[in-house]
Amino acid sequence: MKFSDFVAVDAIRSHIDADSKEGVIREMAQSLVDAGSIAAGDLDGIVKAIMKREDLGSTGIGRGVAVPHTKHPSVRRLVGTVAVSHDGVDFKSLDGEPVQLFFLLVSPPDRPGDHLRALENISRQLRDDSFCKQLKSAKGPLEIQHLLEEADSHGVAS
Amino acid sequence: MTVAVAAHGGELRGRQPRGVRQGGEGSGSMSEQMVSREVVVGIRQGLHARPADLLAREARKWQSRIELSNAAQRVDGKSILELLTLAAEAGTRLVVEVTGPDAREALEAIGGLFDSNFNEQPDES
Repeated sequence: MKFSDFVAVDAIRSHIDADSKEGVIREMAQSLVDAGSIAAGDLDGIVKAIMKREDLGSTGIGRGVAVPHTKHPSVRRLVGTVAVSHDGVDFKSLDGEPVQLFFLLVSPPDRPGDHLRALENISRQLRDDSFCKQLKSAKGPLEIQHLLEEADSHGVAS
Repeated sequence: MTVAVAAHGGELRGRQPRGVRQGGEGSGSMSEQMVSREVVVGIRQGLHARPADLLAREARKWQSRIELSNAAQRVDGKSILELLTLAAEAGTRLVVEVTGPDAREALEAIGGLFDSNFNEQPDES
């Protein structure tokens, strides 16, 4: 799976203001509403579901990256977005590092394989240190979009 | 990347010839044992973020090097990022290989997580 298969480019944010876990999740979910990927009426339900998932264990996967996510019946296909916080947010990650790079995913309840392949793509691409750093220091959403496209075209699609 | 990795002094992804690790002289050979077993991903959602997190947290409690592999690749069991690259769906068979002074206990703990399905409830994601 490629980034372009699930990232809503209009929802990418390169400077997120929120400084709390819930604030980041809400800001990202709102960006998906603004991009037309999820319905405004589902915003609160999706934020609540993602926070409930975080209670089970942080989705901070190390290297300053977190993958907050949930299943939600309102989406027909996997949708997601990317955001960067320059100051970093405490996400209770395994390695204790603040998180600067976020991938938020909302998937249909009946498609666990898609979710798994999106996680696989994100984690595989982020093993590349320079890719990780470039995303975190991107000047605007367009730069993030281009970095993702570049990763898609060079990576091994699966 | 992390303190835990550095503390074990090594390139976790590197593969040493087994003979070298098992070798050793006299009583020294007892401190480096390698054990392995096959596990099956029983979680319906596959080895997703939460079980990967639990697995890496458990793996980091042990001194031994812990690696998981499928047919295509071998990854560091102490890294969530690496574990997620396995994209192991339900029913996938993986081999857990543990090398180090506490290898047997570590393998038992890691195997136990798979055997108990990571305490996953059917509706959790």
